[in-house]
Amino acid sequence: MIEKAFRDMSRNYLLWLLSLLVLIGIGFGFYLVQLNQGLTITGMSRDVTWGIYIGQFTFFVGVAASAVMVVLPYYLHNVKEFGRITVLGEFLAIGAVIMCMLFILADMGMPMRVLNMFVHATPTSPMFWDAVVLSGYLLLNIIIGWNVLESEYRGIPTPKWVKPFIYISIPWAVSIHTVTAFLYSGLPGRDFWLTALVAPKFLAGAFATGPALLILLCFILRKFSNFDAGRAAIQKLALIVAYALSITIFMVAVEFFTAFYSQVPGHMYGLQFLFMGLYGHAGFAPVMWMFTILAAAALYLLINRKTRENDTTLFIACMFVFIAMLLEKGVGFTLAGLVVNPFGRVAAYAPTMPEMFITIGIWAVGAFIISLFYKLVVTVKETSGI
Amino acid sequence: MGISRRKFIQIGGACALGIGVIPLANVVAGNNPKFIPSSKALAADKWAMVIDMSKCPEGCDICIKACHYTHNVPEIGNAKEEVKWIWTEPFASAFPYQKHDYMDEKTKKQPFLVLCNHCENPSCVRVCPTKATFKRPDGIVMMDYHRCIGCRYCMAACPYGARSFNFKDPRAYITELNPSYPTRSKGVVEKCNFCDERLALGSLPACVEACPNEALVFGDIADPNSKVRKLLAANYNIQRKLKLGTKPKVYYIV
Repeated sequence: MIEKAFRDMSRNYLLWLLSLLVLIGIGFGFYLVQLNQGLTITGMSRDVTWGIYIGQFTFFVGVAASAVMVVLPYYLHNVKEFGRITVLGEFLAIGAVIMCMLFILADMGMPMRVLNMFVHATPTSPMFWDAVVLSGYLLLNIIIGWNVLESEYRGIPTPKWVKPFIYISIPWAVSIHTVTAFLYSGLPGRDFWLTALVAPKFLAGAFATGPALLILLCFILRKFSNFDAGRAAIQKLALIVAYALSITIFMVAVEFFTAFYSQVPGHMYGLQFLFMGLYGHAGFAPVMWMFTILAAAALYLLINRKTRENDTTLFIACMFVFIAMLLEKGVGFTLAGLVVNPFGRVAAYAPTMPEMFITIGIWAVGAFIISLFYKLVVTVKETSGI
Repeated sequence: MGISRRKFIQIGGACALGIGVIPLANVVAGNNPKFIPSSKALAADKWAMVIDMSKCPEGCDICIKACHYTHNVPEIGNAKEEVKWIWTEPFASAFPYQKHDYMDEKTKKQPFLVLCNHCENPSCVRVCPTKATFKRPDGIVMMDYHRCIGCRYCMAACPYGARSFNFKDPRAYITELNPSYPTRSKGVVEKCNFCDERLALGSLPACVEACPNEALVFGDIADPNSKVRKLLAANYNIQRKLKLGTKPKVYYIV
């Protein structure tokens, strides 16, 4: 079946793949420099020990987990509209998990020792559990996605033995983002992260971001191929994005109450740094204001029925959701916990050029994988007629 | 060209046999050496340090120099990437949220020595995914530089900022090499080890030994007759960030 991914490739598609390969090559080149020089080529420091790599890792765990938003309605509630796109969700999850793994690897000082995580498995460490659940989730989605598509290709029903894996994948998706939240929310002395709200906030954010990305991808597929997800499916997804985004914004907002009503400095610092600037470090505030504006605009477009049901405004809203959450979860959240160091001083961080190119390279890897998979899906669907 | 099926099976079998023989080889080769401690080694149930701030004059860095020489701590010369095992911080930084406008000038201005607290309940040990950082039975929180994967999770977990990461190869930044202690490579985390390598040979930590004023006192906090216990019983003392439950074992007499 895999050969279908490489059949009848249009010139534009080939150009797209080629440009991704160029970006991957550049990113890999910079990664070799990082391997050689050490993490000194990044903007990270003694205080801000995690930067854009871990931020992006966190964000894409969310994208991976959000596949559950099409799988769950389809398999548990028999939402038939999602029949055509569940496999898209699963393949999106595969691409996202691989990106997560690459971001972790890029962040490691000693990447050649990565298997120590399993050789010297340490169950007290959330990072160990993160490695376990992410590998498991990758495997589950490969098994499910591949078998569902292959049966479609052959025109036979999905084998019965795949069903249990599908059901397991639903709570498993929740677990990957919960464990990722636990990476942060159990550390003493990091006031911004030390809240039980991290896991639910992550999940709500993911369930807005992932379906928003899926809608964008469906629009792109409709434009560049014969695959149409169907209006009903897209509208259902749009409703999910609307609700999940509302909950996310609510959860970001309640943090303000706790911090500023209690007036406990440690709890205010993180938010002050993010949205207002702290001790003269205001460089990050514009990013978070951008998040605020995009999230508010997206919320307006999604709640309003007219704009939600209009393809153009829905496309814009989904773009806004994706970018907003990329800024909030993919950069801001990680930084806000670290910028106020254990000595109460604010440490600045900005990703360096090599760091950005490595990040873009990993993005390109994800886009490349998803392009191949989606091409495969589209070709299979064209031949099978489902 | 190619390999016959027969040959493939032969090679495969030989490889499998090779793997099967490893446990046997371990027994025969006695690959399980027992560590024999020196008869002079210092032992304790729970090592701790007391720093008497009244004996710690401003501007003195003898203990810092002694420690950093002993452990080949590099001088990176860049605040963002600096590596340090013991250093000084103003009171307000060592004890955040404890400073107020009208406290006595002496405490407010005095630099406080800070180092790894060798917590009884260390969050760094809890989060390390490889047990590269671990707590010994005598309470010393150790680093295995050969196992550390450089994920820096321990640095996020340590509420005392006691850990440093080697962002680049530290060897080029060691001014005077001490051949009796290993250097580190880039990509691993390091921190104060309460001089476990010196305790094992019967010496006190380098900083304690170097201090001309005996401001640093090292001993067994579990022993009621130890010098550290007597000092703590007789003097008002404080610890850093007690509310976090990490149970630090560095005490400050103020």
